[in-house]
Amino acid sequence: MTPEVVSIVIVGVGGQGILLGTQVAARAALAAGFDVKTNEVHGMAQRGGSVIAQIRWGAKVYSPLVPDGTARALASLERIEALRFARFLAPDGLAVVSTQAIVPVTASSGRGPKYPVDAEERLRRMFPRLLYVDAISIAEKLCEPRTANIVMLGALSTALPLAVEHWHEAIASSVKPAFREINVKAFDEGRTLAG
Amino acid sequence: MSGSTPARELLSGNQAIARGAWEAGVTVATGYPGTPSTEILEAAARFGKDMYLEWSPNEKVALEVAAGASLAGARCIVTMKHVGLNVAADPLMTLSYTGTVGGLVIVVADDPGMHSSQNEQDSRHFARFAKVPMLEPADSQEARDFTVLGLEISEKFRTPVLLRSTTRVSHSSSVVAIGSRRLPDRKIGFEKNIERFVPVPAHARGMRLRVEERAAALVAAAEASPANRIEWADRGLGVIAEGVAYQYVKEVLPGASVLKLGWAIPFPDGLIRSFADGVRKVLVVEELDGILEEHVRSLGIACEGRSRVPGMGELSSSRLAAVLRDLPGAVLSAAVPPSEQPAALVAQPPAPPEAADLPARPPVLCPSCPHRGIFHALGKFDVVVTGDIGCYSLGAFAPLGRLDTILCMGGGISMAHGMAKAGEPRRVVGMVGDSTFFHSGITGLLDIAYNRGNPVIIVVDNRTTAMTGHQENPGTGRTLLGEDTVEAKIEDIARACGMKNVEVVNPYHLKPTTDTLRKALDSGEGWLIVSRGACPLATRERLGSPRKVGQELCTVCKACLKLGCPAIELDGERVRINDLLCNGCSMCQQVCPSKAIGIASGECRDA
Repeated sequence: MTPEVVSIVIVGVGGQGILLGTQVAARAALAAGFDVKTNEVHGMAQRGGSVIAQIRWGAKVYSPLVPDGTARALASLERIEALRFARFLAPDGLAVVSTQAIVPVTASSGRGPKYPVDAEERLRRMFPRLLYVDAISIAEKLCEPRTANIVMLGALSTALPLAVEHWHEAIASSVKPAFREINVKAFDEGRTLAG
Repeated sequence: MSGSTPARELLSGNQAIARGAWEAGVTVATGYPGTPSTEILEAAARFGKDMYLEWSPNEKVALEVAAGASLAGARCIVTMKHVGLNVAADPLMTLSYTGTVGGLVIVVADDPGMHSSQNEQDSRHFARFAKVPMLEPADSQEARDFTVLGLEISEKFRTPVLLRSTTRVSHSSSVVAIGSRRLPDRKIGFEKNIERFVPVPAHARGMRLRVEERAAALVAAAEASPANRIEWADRGLGVIAEGVAYQYVKEVLPGASVLKLGWAIPFPDGLIRSFADGVRKVLVVEELDGILEEHVRSLGIACEGRSRVPGMGELSSSRLAAVLRDLPGAVLSAAVPPSEQPAALVAQPPAPPEAADLPARPPVLCPSCPHRGIFHALGKFDVVVTGDIGCYSLGAFAPLGRLDTILCMGGGISMAHGMAKAGEPRRVVGMVGDSTFFHSGITGLLDIAYNRGNPVIIVVDNRTTAMTGHQENPGTGRTLLGEDTVEAKIEDIARACGMKNVEVVNPYHLKPTTDTLRKALDSGEGWLIVSRGACPLATRERLGSPRKVGQELCTVCKACLKLGCPAIELDGERVRINDLLCNGCSMCQQVCPSKAIGIASGECRDA
């Protein structure tokens, strides 16, 4: 039997800083002694398109891609991107979704479907386990709006079998020394959201 | 590097290739940026001056530079994306004949699924075409190991070696055992040998024979190489897999016997036969073309492959699980739910009703992108625009919709010339970026001047190679390692080519830009217009204060929305500017007929 592999996905809009979150999660799993694989999108999609990063860990990980319906948790830095990539999440998985809305040009220019006004209701229908968080406001309270993705990661971490010290260690090794404290604080703030 | 480097690191495939090159004593590394290969040389730059690194103007030049360095005895790597190997194919075909002295590995990164590419070509054909060996890593550890192995093979067999990565190898990270740098024990110095290095026909015929002898020796080496291995398990089903497809096979068919080919070309026939003899049924799993399957069949071995496994788009374990569902003898892992969806991870039609009518989110030109100004100006004229590869490719889409064709690097210039010569009734405009112009645009421009062509060529010079993540190029005045250097001027090159009408515009000033374009189009002559505005994503500079829509003046005419700026939103029947996204370029203010757009707050220092 294949040993268990834990998978998570982080989604959003190109330019939101998904890659840092990916690196932190991967390093936390590595610090805990697991084999780790991640996957990211570079190139054209980064110009404001939908993006996804995938992180997997376990005793042995083969594929860097998360099979559909198997992710233990999904973090979405933009509210409707969670809906777009929902198929990756396991039925009992945790979705942590930022309230931030970024309207795609296809909708704002009046072509194609409009940006859904009922995003929150859709999220609640789609995800039995949903944390819908105003990560930007929380990060702004810490005086560093760019830590919003780490707030999200903190909330996500509550669904994952990795000790807090591994996350802290991973943050310390992933950001410049001057930003360590603020990012650890953002992470811990995110953990409290999960209750 | 200090001696205290950790023994294991989490590296992307691209970082691991750079690491392997450094450890193996590479001293010359060249390339041209192209997703998914770009980060290899960027990662190599972290080793400082241990290696001479360059962004070459194009892949052909990159390979020729490395070929020269190899003949002098240096170990080299060259990096490019799959379509870049088309450009470098000319030196490759004959470098196969002359061979190498210092190890030379050409890293080519394929893009199954076309995440960031114009086609899905399979570079394995080039290995067979050029009669050179190809290694195919399946993860970052192998990316490091095979880079080292490739350099060794290259020196031992005097051949360039292709290292083929794919998007999921280059852009996946996994754990790599790393080592220290070891320089080869060889003095740099070219040794004259015209029978070997001057392929005039009389010499080339001898080289041709040696290529065949080498091919036979390479087969024997591939048969014995640890890069190829058999993992015996259940003998009911044996799977032959290459590259990252191996990972999907291991996940979906954990009980099957597997022949993992990391060095598939030239094909290790003996190994393939003995594996096939040891199992009841053979399945070949490979991405893109059925090259391996066709070869296995040519050995008289019955197998399944393309009969089930799709050859278009990339594979994934979910997709593999779906196509192998009813394969006799296959015991599929319960941990991988099958999925009929294509494995491309962006812009997919989502299934559940909650996601059924979501607005698509394709990549777009950024807020304050200078390209937007030139597309706005082009929108005023009934012209055909032959475009090229870069961020400005995005100008093809609504609401800008002002780019009509794309073919290949540099094609935007030459195609405009051909279309005009064919008698296209409208004026033809060719558009290329700055890096693209240096890559392959100059020869096309020379053609226009020489052969009395009359298209209007616009070089959108945003002072960087933007789409691939802001690499330096001959026009930026800096090298890959950030050293100051000469700054090639596009307008000077155009004049040197013989172009009589050359002008530079600032695309943020919409009216003067439109006026210049009108003058060029009305003249009926050939023109070269440089549209110069630095990529704001690269400079990270704010162009001005965020703009705001005065709702009392706004008539909702939507002229600003036609700019396709992500910062301008239609909120019900109100137009708003998202001040978090607005970078203050003022183009919307310039197009607003009602003077409803102004500065939200603070100082404005733009025009």
